[in-house]
Amino acid sequence: MTPIVDVSNLRKTYDGGFEALKGVNLAIEQGEILALLGPNGAGKTTLISTICGITRATAGHVRVGGFDNVTDFRRARALIGLVPQEIALEPFETVWNTVSLTRGLYGKPRDDAHLEKVLKQLSLWDKKDARTMELSGGMKRRVLIAKALSHAPRVLFLDEPTAGVDVDLRRDMWETVKQLKEDGVTTILTTHYIEEAEAIADRIGVIRKGEILLVEDKQTLMRRMAQKELRIDLVQPVADLPAALAGDNLRLTDDGHALIYTYDTTGERTGITRLLAALSDAGLAMKDLSTTQSSLEDIFVGLVKEEDAA
Amino acid sequence: MNIHAVRAIYVKEMMRFFRTLAQSFISPVLSTSLYFVVFGTAIGSRIQEVDGVSYGAFIVPGLIMLSVMTQAISNASFAIFFPQFTGTIYEVLTAPVNFLEIVLGYVGAAATKALFIGVVILGTAALFVDLQILHPLAMIAFLVLTCTSFSLFGFIIGIWARNFEQLQLIPLLIVTPLVFLGGSFYSISMLPPVWQTISMFNPVVYLVSGFRWSFYGAADVPVGISLIAIAGFTTLCLLVVYWIFRTGWRIRD
Repeated sequence: MTPIVDVSNLRKTYDGGFEALKGVNLAIEQGEILALLGPNGAGKTTLISTICGITRATAGHVRVGGFDNVTDFRRARALIGLVPQEIALEPFETVWNTVSLTRGLYGKPRDDAHLEKVLKQLSLWDKKDARTMELSGGMKRRVLIAKALSHAPRVLFLDEPTAGVDVDLRRDMWETVKQLKEDGVTTILTTHYIEEAEAIADRIGVIRKGEILLVEDKQTLMRRMAQKELRIDLVQPVADLPAALAGDNLRLTDDGHALIYTYDTTGERTGITRLLAALSDAGLAMKDLSTTQSSLEDIFVGLVKEEDAA
Repeated sequence: MNIHAVRAIYVKEMMRFFRTLAQSFISPVLSTSLYFVVFGTAIGSRIQEVDGVSYGAFIVPGLIMLSVMTQAISNASFAIFFPQFTGTIYEVLTAPVNFLEIVLGYVGAAATKALFIGVVILGTAALFVDLQILHPLAMIAFLVLTCTSFSLFGFIIGIWARNFEQLQLIPLLIVTPLVFLGGSFYSISMLPPVWQTISMFNPVVYLVSGFRWSFYGAADVPVGISLIAIAGFTTLCLLVVYWIFRTGWRIRD
């Protein structure tokens, strides 16, 4: 199937000479939720801005729904809804009017029933006649989402949607995104909160310094890089690792009270049996055992660090 | 043509106007009345007829032009500056609209407002002096063209301006002097020959002259030239706006 968003060799160099995007290739499938992870200044917003038409590409192409976003910008853009990172609303407009405006701008005829549905879904219905400047920060963000959904887009871009929002809104937002997915809407969100990507995304892309480091299915990514840690608490602290146990994967905590063993769950042998046998041979009494799975965060930090070192 | 977008922008802009209708209405009425008291009655009583009409009546077309031009510029420049200031311009930039649709929405609304002010002033003036309009169709054409071209000009200023000071700068430093020196309150023929020649470089002279001709049939410059001048100015502004959206100057990175 052709991707709903197809980015090929996209480059963006700003007037000052800063190269924000260095040849990005990205194919986003219809109906998926893609999380773009990256540190501040990685190029996440530039990428979204270029796809949506706020920023002009220096080179490369973007196709949305098969339409080029420059030569066929009307049909490409009509498919897109954008929730920007910064809250930007005209202060004196009412919620209803500003949401209606967006729908009109996207070339859709008036449809009060649709707007009512969107506003209710985002718990904004009782605020529809309030001026946007009277709303709290979280409510303003809801309005931005309502605007982006006002024309029933097929592709939704959320640029760091949960920066500084409370738990309620975050939950509502994920609920909305999941419902949209059921309707076949594609969602692309940028974030530097890894839990967010972990919680909702189907695929995860990591972007850093204007380059996509990888795009992978979330499960595969986590499995591929999954490492587990086995923590063994000792009855008596030890000063050094017994020589028989010394190895790359085993280390002693600073206070000498516990041993940490790192292993790969996908490996044929984890080496746990051998380790436990060696421990009892060395005469170390165990108090407790626990294992932890590395989170996406660990994977992400590992990736970015690896690249920095390279 | 994305007609829904044009309508959406136009309606939004007009609603902003209606929210402050009292201000929009009172200020031109008040300032026009003041002009009539000062120029028409106090000073005008000591001035003989100009071009065969009383001084009070003579200044009416110029007064209307003065207000219409400044209102058109300030409405249009603010209308496009404010979204850039608040950041809401992003949705205009990402929407499936082309430059013509954006201009039709914003400039159309600004021109409508200016036209409204012009009509209000005309009505107010009718209370003070006896007006005659010899060429009503030409009068309407001049009024509409002036509203449109100066709204376009204001639109350009609004995109150019980086802050509120710059937004005021051009109207204050260039437009107001041009309008005052453009024959709003006098006939160009009353000036010494050197200044008559210099005045011919002032575009506002052509507008005021043509507009006054539509009232009283007397003009400083032939009415055809006035029409050409204003059509040329409109075209120039349109070309600049087209260039702005083509290159993304000041609006797109």
